[in-house]
Amino acid sequence: MRGLLFLGCTVPVRNLNYELSARKVAAALGLELVDDTALGCCGFPLKSADQAAALVIAARALARAARQELPLVALCSACAGTLAEAAHILDHHPEQRRAVEERLQPLGLSYRPGVEVRHFLRFILEQVGTEGLAAAMKRSLEGFRFAPHYGCHFLKPSEVTGGFDDPEDPGSLARLIRLTGAQAVDYATLKDCCGGGVLGADEELAARMAARKLLELNQMGVTALAVACPFCNVMYEGQQKTIAKRLETKLKVPVVYVTQILGLAMGYSPEELGLKLNRVKPKDLIKACKE
Amino acid sequence: MIRLNQCDPAFKYEVAATPGGEGITTCFACAACSARCLVGELKPEYDPRRIIRLTLLGRREEVLSSPLIWLCSTCYSCAEVCPQQVRFTDVLTAIKNLAARAGYAPPSTRATARLLARQGRLLEVGEFENQKRSDLGLPQVEGAPEDFQRILGITPQAEPEEEA
Repeated sequence: MRGLLFLGCTVPVRNLNYELSARKVAAALGLELVDDTALGCCGFPLKSADQAAALVIAARALARAARQELPLVALCSACAGTLAEAAHILDHHPEQRRAVEERLQPLGLSYRPGVEVRHFLRFILEQVGTEGLAAAMKRSLEGFRFAPHYGCHFLKPSEVTGGFDDPEDPGSLARLIRLTGAQAVDYATLKDCCGGGVLGADEELAARMAARKLLELNQMGVTALAVACPFCNVMYEGQQKTIAKRLETKLKVPVVYVTQILGLAMGYSPEELGLKLNRVKPKDLIKACKE
Repeated sequence: MIRLNQCDPAFKYEVAATPGGEGITTCFACAACSARCLVGELKPEYDPRRIIRLTLLGRREEVLSSPLIWLCSTCYSCAEVCPQQVRFTDVLTAIKNLAARAGYAPPSTRATARLLARQGRLLEVGEFENQKRSDLGLPQVEGAPEDFQRILGITPQAEPEEEA
């Protein structure tokens, strides 16, 4: 199975550990991620001021995927959400679609319905399945405890993600974590938004949003918080020190990408999965996986 | 006090006619959206139901000029629990688009548009970034993907529009 990799803005510059680990996981599963170096932004940052322009930008990516007859596979949840939503709009609102077509035509592109948009983790769950994933595991992570963070655009709006998982009672990331032998913990702030979408408008508010989860997990003591989106990572890992300072407390909540957990269980070394680039590191986990 | 003769009864139709805003008129004010909003929980001045009510009442300028409308984190929790398919996240996107056209967008949104028009991505990709990528065995990424300038022009709609 092949997919056109959609890196977006943040991952290829700031989250190379996510990209590295996702590529390794795909390789271990026999999935081919095709690169298109000209894919840029998904359109999400423009939506609030000019959703028509955001839609054209998303449609451009969808059209490039259609040209190669490949599903679009995104690492960032905001990208996956924006692109899936755009496909949904274009398929259900002929007027908006006509307007988009007019703006794509001069670029030599045309939108064709039916392009599948998938977040990488959903892609592997659907394409490989739990049995296939279990068969790829080489190292048990038994004894480690991860707190899954679903974030928002991975599952919502459910109208667009179409029944893949229940946003009100999600289980897909926990399922992936358990496949490695590790424990997926349940916790009160599981469904909290990271606040990333508010960071630009109100930093203090964004920090208070992220703080709720960090405070709970800090007290619980987990191996790491497991994320699937670079924006969530910015809030929980990148901003962790700032948030601790703001709250006049100490926080030490390691943050990893779900793909890094999977990669370790698939037998890759912490180095190969870019764990050096994690800023709040799960030291015990790294030590246990170094042979 | 809200004086109804100072309200703009057409505002709700303007919102409803903007993509994403269609659901506004079906709201029956149950406040499920407000109850599930984390932004609202931490900052009570931000209240989805209140924004909907003000819109339905026709408080056009009050809604469009409010800095609160830019605080939505777009988490879609409100949309998931709404029994009336109002889809408040999308309604608010419609409202923000109208606000941007009226010149109320925060300066950062205009800067974002210019950045995307110029480089096709939020974060610059230059030699340094690509060197770092190739050191890790990752493929090169194009610095300025084509098309973005043509799609956006220099400054897309974030500029205020003249009232017709």
